[in-house]
Amino acid sequence: MPDDMRGLHNFIAEIRATKSKEAEEKRINKELANIRSKFKGDKPLDGYQKKKYVCKLLFMFLLGEDIDFGHMEAISLVASNKYSEKQIGYLFLSVMINETSDFNRLIIQQIKNDLLDRNETHVCLALTCIANVGGREMAESLAGDVQKLLVSPDSRSFVKKKAALTLLRLYRKFPEILPVGEYTPRIIALLDDPDLSVVTSVLALLYALVQADTQGYGSCVDRAIARLRRLQTREESLEGYVYYDIAAPWLQVKLLRFLQVFPAPAPDSRAREAVVEVLRSIVGKAANEPVRDKRNKQQLPQYFNARNAVLYEAVRVLIHLESETDLLVESSNLLGRFLSSKETNLRYFALELMSSLATLSFTHEAIKRHQETVVNALTQEKDISVRRRALDLLYNLCGKSNVRVIVRELLQYLQVADYEIREEMVLKIAVLAELHADDYSWYVDVILQLIRVAGDYVSEEVWHRVVQIVTNQPDVQDYATKVVFDALCSPYCHETMVKVGGYLLGEFGHLIANNPRATPQIQLQLLLSKFSMCSPSTRALLLSTLVKFANLFPEIKTDIETIFRSNNLSRNTDPEIQQRVIEYLSLSQHPNPNVMPTVLEEMPKFKERESSLLAKIREKSEGVSVDAEAAKVARQTVIVDRDRQEREDREEREARRSNPAVSQQPQANLLGDLDAAPASTGPSAVNTTSQPPQANPELAHLSRAFLFQNDGKLYEDAILQIGVKTSVKNNLARVALYFGNKSGYPITNFTSDVFAINTTETLSLQAKPVEGQLAPKAQTQQLINVECLKEFEEQPTLGVAYVVNGQLQRAVIKFPIFVNKFLASFDMDQPTFVARWKQLSAPGLESQKVFKAAQPIDVAAVRSKLQSMGFTVLAGVDPNPDNFVCAGVVHTGSSQVGVLLRLEPNRDAQMYRATFRTSRDTVSRILCDLVASSF
Amino acid sequence: MAIKFFLLVNKQGNTRLAQYYDQGPQDRVSDRVVHEAEIIRKCLSRADSQCSFMEYRNYKIVYRRYAALYFILGVDSEENELAILEFIHAVVETLDRYFESVCELDIMFNLEKAHIILDEMIINGKIVETNKNQILMPLALMEKASTKS
Repeated sequence: MPDDMRGLHNFIAEIRATKSKEAEEKRINKELANIRSKFKGDKPLDGYQKKKYVCKLLFMFLLGEDIDFGHMEAISLVASNKYSEKQIGYLFLSVMINETSDFNRLIIQQIKNDLLDRNETHVCLALTCIANVGGREMAESLAGDVQKLLVSPDSRSFVKKKAALTLLRLYRKFPEILPVGEYTPRIIALLDDPDLSVVTSVLALLYALVQADTQGYGSCVDRAIARLRRLQTREESLEGYVYYDIAAPWLQVKLLRFLQVFPAPAPDSRAREAVVEVLRSIVGKAANEPVRDKRNKQQLPQYFNARNAVLYEAVRVLIHLESETDLLVESSNLLGRFLSSKETNLRYFALELMSSLATLSFTHEAIKRHQETVVNALTQEKDISVRRRALDLLYNLCGKSNVRVIVRELLQYLQVADYEIREEMVLKIAVLAELHADDYSWYVDVILQLIRVAGDYVSEEVWHRVVQIVTNQPDVQDYATKVVFDALCSPYCHETMVKVGGYLLGEFGHLIANNPRATPQIQLQLLLSKFSMCSPSTRALLLSTLVKFANLFPEIKTDIETIFRSNNLSRNTDPEIQQRVIEYLSLSQHPNPNVMPTVLEEMPKFKERESSLLAKIREKSEGVSVDAEAAKVARQTVIVDRDRQEREDREEREARRSNPAVSQQPQANLLGDLDAAPASTGPSAVNTTSQPPQANPELAHLSRAFLFQNDGKLYEDAILQIGVKTSVKNNLARVALYFGNKSGYPITNFTSDVFAINTTETLSLQAKPVEGQLAPKAQTQQLINVECLKEFEEQPTLGVAYVVNGQLQRAVIKFPIFVNKFLASFDMDQPTFVARWKQLSAPGLESQKVFKAAQPIDVAAVRSKLQSMGFTVLAGVDPNPDNFVCAGVVHTGSSQVGVLLRLEPNRDAQMYRATFRTSRDTVSRILCDLVASSF
Repeated sequence: MAIKFFLLVNKQGNTRLAQYYDQGPQDRVSDRVVHEAEIIRKCLSRADSQCSFMEYRNYKIVYRRYAALYFILGVDSEENELAILEFIHAVVETLDRYFESVCELDIMFNLEKAHIILDEMIINGKIVETNKNQILMPLALMEKASTKS
């Protein structure tokens, strides 16, 4: 080893020798100061010195030191002609900066020079650097050069393989940038390249392209199958690529995975025959070998792992084909044998693959034979990773015939299971019991048992679901109420049990009231005995139960009113509880005897829909994945959230029903967003001052105007006027609010804050504090920085409160920020648009709505509205000149989402049809909803 | 199918080589230190009889221990665990070939060379090359150039 960097070695050795963290820190700080002074010094450093210091910085960065200098020196190293210096420069940048760094701009030109350099090693360094840090700007200025390098006949293999993966990076960061179209056949042809590493990296690129749209890539299937066959039969040169007697295992894995993206080849087609032949040889070979013989030195674990990695993908292809029963059953049996292996990795692998096989009807029975072994694996394996796989498999294995056995086992294991797996288990048990129950009373038993055994891990969704099911199934209501009553009688019961009990007794308590053990009085006392131990939200729920009792059981009505009147409740410090109590009391004492029964009539059946639990399970299992799936997960989270939201809305509704002015409104409004619920207007018997502040619907309307404008008036009443100025750059918006005091009185205690309840993951909001005093006719300003982290649907809320003339005033207004604020213009020509449009045809990515025009259709007005929403209206794309075709890019913190829109007005019918295609399904949906509600 | 990060850690929990292939928790240095420490702690707490895979946040972790060195890869859920497990071995064999039975000090003293080897094998989170002669070619070129000068 050439020891050209003695200073570096000494430094590292000294760091290693330090005895304590403090000593290490001290040594590092000394070195940092030294390097800083060297960089700043008058003496110019030569390449060698710069290289040495940059290496030291790299090392300190690895130790966890925040390195905020040295970038310029690295950039000057990149410009050097010496390979070793250039390499260090690039390395430093690759490690230290990311795609959002400003340094990107400084190095783009140098990278471009290197890409075009005749020295191919320089080209490779530049490619690797782009692959590590490339973002949108690099995509824009470099994608073309990288693409040329990939397909040029002059490029050598070691350039091509890097170019393919670099291009993949740029494509992922900004799909719109790549005019792949014309190059597609040349990229596909690289699948036949004699160099296996070129094939490996081109496959990764094609995999991503095909995932977006398989159209135009059909010829890949035959090529991939042929390549697999040649690897299996070793018809081609494999020098350097045979790994423990397996031919290029990683390439085989990629090829097999690639085949799973395409629709299965038609039965009896040549492709089908060819692929089955390859799969047969892979499965057959594995099935005919002993599991592993330690005495055989030829068969190292490496061999088996690599073979099984390939086997795994081969079986996945078989599952994808959904035929070839004999091979599937053979694989199932082979995996069954693996279950008893001594190697943990092998058991993990077998369980994981069997989970997929269990979902197929062909192999369900073959897998089921191992049920007992799998149960044992769940309860006896030493490793949580393996237990998780066993749990997944049991979940997939479960059907009507064995649900009781499996659920019993799971419940039993739940009592001793690891904490980190419990929540998942609870969720899965709840879903299995619901999916396969032949008898809902059994289902209720299971859920109550879950709450008893692992109450802390029972999420809100689980108990919401049991309440929904009991409400919808009249024949189980009696039983459910009885058992939950019994469960509540136990002195120790979980708060979740109190919630279920509170809800069910409130709705169905009368069904068991004839039982002398469960008279209304006893039910009431039972709930009250739990009241003090519960959290405020549960207490609020119990108060709803009490008012329902007052309605159901006249004999205890006065008792309940007395409870409501108690100081402890009617002056409770928790506003929610206090408000409920006061409202419920007014409701109970309402002069019109029909009001309470109407308000508190039995809850209607819940709408049937996919269980929110299933969505949650999927969300969990897909938590890890690429962009497309992240979007899917995001959508599912939305479902869960919406369910929860709806649930809360229901509770809210119960509360609101007590306000007659509100209860006269159609139900749709009550379930709607805050902005749909009117502020308390009209005569009301109830004290409304404690109503939570609500945005006035007209004012909400004002905020919607900001879909089309950045500046304007947001709010105005007799005292206060609020104006808005918004400026947006990429995913950052800066909103300036101007508050004007219109009155002749000074405003004091002025506060203004923006908050978002369900949007913490999608928006980051930072409001500067605002001055507390506002003189008559004066104005003050507040700056709010908004960062869009992810696409969002719900607007945040702006809450303003102040005192004027001794009166507290409040206003709650929708904050004028919509996802289209982060929409940047993007121009493209007709062929590009059509190509993009086709690429985004995967289901889910498109969102379409047909809707009635709110105003008479006027082409010029529509165009300007689209433009003011941020879309780039493209001319000459649609053959029908009446249609609007638009493009744009939504900037979020995590990604940039290309947006395509086609808006087709129909003047005769005064209708529109809007079709969105974007690279993210939630974006399509949200934008489509916005457009449909504003034209 | 993608590798999200590659870590090389010693038994005391010191990171000796780290490469990230995507934006993530490591973007802030302080978060990166926490992130690495947590993964390392989890790996160290596992017995040899346990399998080489575990779940951590949104990653699947595949790791292998060689004497006092842990090679830890974070991958997405689509990745084939066994293929990654053997890929780690391929990386170790390559380092071994270059450093002649690699040890922690080799990596520390030749950080840039370890990075070159890694960059030849993984680009943008994808496996690109497993042929050792190909992987070591740029290093050979570099050394040839430096002896000439």
